[in-house]
Amino acid sequence: MNDASPPLQSSVVMNRKGSVAAVSVLDLHKSYGSNQVLKGVSLVAQDHDVISIIGSSGSGKSTLLRCINLLEMPDQGEIRIKDELIAIKRTVNFAKPAKAKQIERLRTRLGMVFQNFNLWSHMTVLQNVIEAPIHVKKIPNSEAIEKAEALLHKVGIYDKRHEYPAFLSGGEKQRAAIARALAMEPQVMLFDEPTSSLDPERVGEVLKVIRTLAEEGRTMIMVTHEMHFAREVSSEIIYIHQGKIAEQGKPEQVLGDPQTEQCRNFLARHLRPRDTLKLEP
Amino acid sequence: MVEVLLQYYPEFFKGLRLTLILVGLSVCIGFLLSLPIALARLSNIRPVRRLAKSYIFFFRGTPMLVQLFLLYYGLSQFESVKESILWKGFLESPFWCAVIAISFNSAAYMAEILVGGIRAVPRGQIEAGLAVGMSAHVLFWRITLPQAIRIALPNYSNEVIFLVKSSALASTITLMDLTGVTRTLVSKTYMPVPMYLFAGLLYISLNYTIAKFFKILERWLIPQRHA
Ligand SMILES: Nc1ncnc2c1ncn2[C@@H]1O[C@H](COP(=O)(O)OP(=O)(O)O)[C@@H](O)[C@H]1O
Ligand SMILES: [Mg+2]
Repeated sequence: MNDASPPLQSSVVMNRKGSVAAVSVLDLHKSYGSNQVLKGVSLVAQDHDVISIIGSSGSGKSTLLRCINLLEMPDQGEIRIKDELIAIKRTVNFAKPAKAKQIERLRTRLGMVFQNFNLWSHMTVLQNVIEAPIHVKKIPNSEAIEKAEALLHKVGIYDKRHEYPAFLSGGEKQRAAIARALAMEPQVMLFDEPTSSLDPERVGEVLKVIRTLAEEGRTMIMVTHEMHFAREVSSEIIYIHQGKIAEQGKPEQVLGDPQTEQCRNFLARHLRPRDTLKLEP
Repeated sequence: MVEVLLQYYPEFFKGLRLTLILVGLSVCIGFLLSLPIALARLSNIRPVRRLAKSYIFFFRGTPMLVQLFLLYYGLSQFESVKESILWKGFLESPFWCAVIAISFNSAAYMAEILVGGIRAVPRGQIEAGLAVGMSAHVLFWRITLPQAIRIALPNYSNEVIFLVKSSALASTITLMDLTGVTRTLVSKTYMPVPMYLFAGLLYISLNYTIAKFFKILERWLIPQRHA
C-alpha cells in the first residue's frame, strides 16, 4: 500500500456502484515560495466515507484540507466536488479561482471546522449558527433559528446559545463551530485537528459529536492526532509524509501493519498503549 | 467673577450648542466618507489606491486652519464658484465651510483608523466566512467591518475628542461656536481668565462625556472584553 494513488487522469471518479465521488482530488501540488508543501496528492472520498488524515506536524495535512475548499490555491492539480470541477485560473505568478461565484457555491457544500474554532467573536453562538444560512443561503430568519436551535441541542450547547464565544470553554466553542458548519447542510465535513487546541478533559465531548456525525453516515475528511478515535470511526486512513501520501488504507492496515519506516516511527510516537490495534474484525 | 459668568452663561451654552452641531455633523459625514476612502486605500487597483493615499496625505499633512482658510477665502476668488448653484446659502456660509473642512479632515483620519482596524481583523475570522461561502460583499459588511470598527473603537473615541478641540478653529471664520462666543465676551468684558477658564471647563466636560459614551458603546458592542 505504499503508493495507492488513483491513476493520474482527469475524469470524474466513480465508485463500484457507479455513483460519483463526493470529493476527488487529483495530483495536488502546492508550494510556499521554495517550500514544496504538497507534492502530488490524490484522494477520493465517496459518499459516507470517513477519511482520517494523519502525519507529523508540517507534513502538509492542513494545506491539503484547505486546498479542498480553496482557502489555499493549489499550484497544480484538480479538485472535484461531486462531478463539478473547480475552475482555477493560473498565470505564471499566481493561481486564483476562475469564477468567484462557483467557489462560493461549492464552499456552501463543504463544512469546515478549524483547529482554533474561528467563531465570529462579535456574534453570540446562535448568531454564529444562523449567519450563513440567512446571509448566504437566504433562508428566512425564523426557519434558520429553528434549525440552529435543533443543531445546538444536538451538540449539547443549547443553553449557551445567547453567549458570546469568549464566554465558552474550548469544547463548547468547537461544538458551536460544528453546529455552524452543519447549519449549511453541507455534503462533506472537513475537520482540521478539531481537538488539538482543547484541554484534554474537553476532547471527549467534541469527539462524541463527531462520532455521532460519522454514525449518521456523513461524508467527512478529518485531520487528527486522535489515533484511537480515527481507528474507530474511519473508513480509510491516509498517512502523509513530507507532502506525499505515504500510506493509505483501512485503519487496521495503516495503524496495525504500517509498511513504511516513517509511518512506523510516527505511530510509535503517537499511539498510546490503548490504541495498539488488536487484529480482530 | 462669578457674576460675569452668571450674567453671560446663556451665551456660553449657545456657543456650546454650535460646537456640538459642528462636531456632530462633521463626525457623521466624516465617518461616511471614511468608508469609501478606506476601501479605496485597500483596493487592488493602483490608481484608486493612490488617490486615497493622496487624499489622506493632504489632509493629515496640512493644518486644519489652512484647509479652513483655503475653503473659506479661497473659493470666493473663483467667479465660477460664486456663480454656481452651490454658492448661495452653502459655500458662501462660514458654517458650511467649517463643516466641510472638519468633515473632510476627519474623513482622512477616520479612514486611516478604519484601515488599521480592517487589517487587524484576525485571519481566522475571515476564513470562517469564506469557508461558509460568503461573497466578498457579505464578508465585508457582516464580518470584516463590524470587527474592524470594534477593534478601532478606542481610536474613534480619540478622534472625536480631537475634533471637538479642532472645531475651535471655526471661530476664526466668524462662527460663534464655544470659542467664538468666549472671544467676543472677552473683548466685551476684558476678563479673559474667567471666560477662558469657563470655556475650558465646558470643553473638558464635553470630552469627558464623549469618552464615557464610547466606553458604554464598547461595553455594548464588545461584551466579552468585560468578562
Ligand atoms: N500561509 C503559509 N505561508 C507559508 N508557509 C506555509 C503557510 N501555511 C503553511 N506553510 C508551511 O507549509 C508546511 C505545511 O504546513 P501545514 O499544511 O499546516 O502542515 P500540518 O497541518 O501537516 O502540520 C509547513 O512547513 C508550513 O510552515
Ligand atoms: Mg495543521
